[in-house]
Amino acid sequence: MRQRKPFLIPFFAIGTLMFLYMPLLAVASFSVNNSRFGLTWQGFTWKWYLELFRNEQILEAVGNTLLLSGVSTVIATVLGTALAIGLSRFPWGRKTAAFFEFNLYMPVITPEIVFAGALVIAFASLRYISSAFEPGMLNMIIGHVTFQVAFVALVVRSRLAAFNNEIEEASRDLYADNWYTLRKVILPMLTPGIVSGAMLAFTLSLDDFIISFFTAGPTSVTLPLYIFAEVHRGITPKIHALSTVGLLLTIILVVASEKISNNLNGKENEDA
Amino acid sequence: MTNESHSNTRIWFGELTTRNSLRRRGLLHISPGLFWILMFLTIPALALIALSFATRGGYGEIEWVFTFENYTRLAGYGMFGWSPDYLVILARSLWVAFVTTTICIGLAFPLAFFIAKKPKHTRYIWLTLVIIPFWTNLVIRTYAWQLVLSPDLPIAKFAAALGFIPAGSPLYPSSFAVYLGMISAFLPFVVLPLYSSVEKLDWSLVEAAYDLYSNKRRIFMQAILPQTLPGLSVGAILTFVPAMGMFLIPDFLGGAKYMLVGNLIQQQFGKSRDWPFGAAVSLALMALTLIGLFLFRRKGDKIEVV
Repeated sequence: MRQRKPFLIPFFAIGTLMFLYMPLLAVASFSVNNSRFGLTWQGFTWKWYLELFRNEQILEAVGNTLLLSGVSTVIATVLGTALAIGLSRFPWGRKTAAFFEFNLYMPVITPEIVFAGALVIAFASLRYISSAFEPGMLNMIIGHVTFQVAFVALVVRSRLAAFNNEIEEASRDLYADNWYTLRKVILPMLTPGIVSGAMLAFTLSLDDFIISFFTAGPTSVTLPLYIFAEVHRGITPKIHALSTVGLLLTIILVVASEKISNNLNGKENEDA
Repeated sequence: MTNESHSNTRIWFGELTTRNSLRRRGLLHISPGLFWILMFLTIPALALIALSFATRGGYGEIEWVFTFENYTRLAGYGMFGWSPDYLVILARSLWVAFVTTTICIGLAFPLAFFIAKKPKHTRYIWLTLVIIPFWTNLVIRTYAWQLVLSPDLPIAKFAAALGFIPAGSPLYPSSFAVYLGMISAFLPFVVLPLYSSVEKLDWSLVEAAYDLYSNKRRIFMQAILPQTLPGLSVGAILTFVPAMGMFLIPDFLGGAKYMLVGNLIQQQFGKSRDWPFGAAVSLALMALTLIGLFLFRRKGDKIEVV
């Protein structure tokens, strides 16, 4: 054995993980602390959780968040998948391809706040000529779809690149038309890519603060916006409870999505 | 895959078709998405450029008088002579993003190697542990740092005992808090792509280096680092770009004295209602980000999302 047992790497790795979890643990432990002001320990309580379910603003914010993320993910997944197939399955000239590519990568290399500013201007101009597009849910959905599309397209495209073209060719050799080939061959083979693209889009939307902050109206407060406003108003214990619920939902979502993508990939390996 | 038989007909994925028909079908696929992006991203971006050369009217309305004033103001020339305030904010943002990216890379390496060395069935658990904070809402995570740094908890008490802060006060707002928030927010963005590079690492090169009596530093620099560069550059981009425009973390943890360019832009589009100046600052941020990306970029790299 030339190699000494590396004890430094585990030490740093565990330390880094603890660093990531320290704030989350703090929030979770204060969510059951029986103290309205200050953070000293006053005993265990569930009352902040009970308060959540009685708070109409919070319930409304949860509803808005799910509506926003759900609708925008569906639209972005359809548009992004079509874009990915269209860009990688059809012959484009080099210049045209570069133009598409540029438009597609823009949201990835633009700091979100620049994009948010541009959206504010766009909606103001649209409002000027059409009297619609008031700040609110419609604007939020449009904004979210715009940054989600790029990510869905990127994920689906990398999936398409690792594709077995012969199956598609075989389908055509057997006189399947384009529509049939798309439905019965391309889309089923793409499913794992589409699902993981959609999940990425959904989480990006759930997590988004900046675009929502710039496009929201008074009736479309989402959970991140609500928490932001509450924190500015001063620490309240129900925010700890709300954050903990959010944290638990995240864990459930992560584990579930790992299971889903494992299942999808496993199934596909059996097929191959 | 493609055979060109005649000038206009071609075989495309096993199908005999014409170039024009392919173009038409391709356009059918991409036009909805492309229309959306053009409508709500490309054209607004061009509007942002145009607006940065306009003027704010007395009531926050836009006057289309061509001027460089927004840019000279950003450079510090105002009614009362020159002041470096805005330039300081820009430089600070660049510095914070750079330091955050560097520290994240430094912390991500041990973690990525640690996970990659675990047996296969437990790797999934460790990776999930990295993904959970990554998926937790940023507003929650940032607020959580306020809690950790609050005066009743050991960290602030310790800092007070050492005399860094007066007793009974929190450790935020401070540059220290901003760095903590930034690093914890972006660390998973580096760990995940870096891990996928480390997992594919060819260890025979490392062994060869051992056999040839390389020292540790050289093994890392010449046998390991080059192989991890693809993951590393993706991680660096995914950290640097959002860190440059970050507005939430300095808002919660930095206070007015530690303003970053994201807060400046938010102010212009919000309270100050000075959209032309906001547009100019946005473009400056965009330019700085592109310069930074150019430095991180390696030839032939593509942005890939995990």
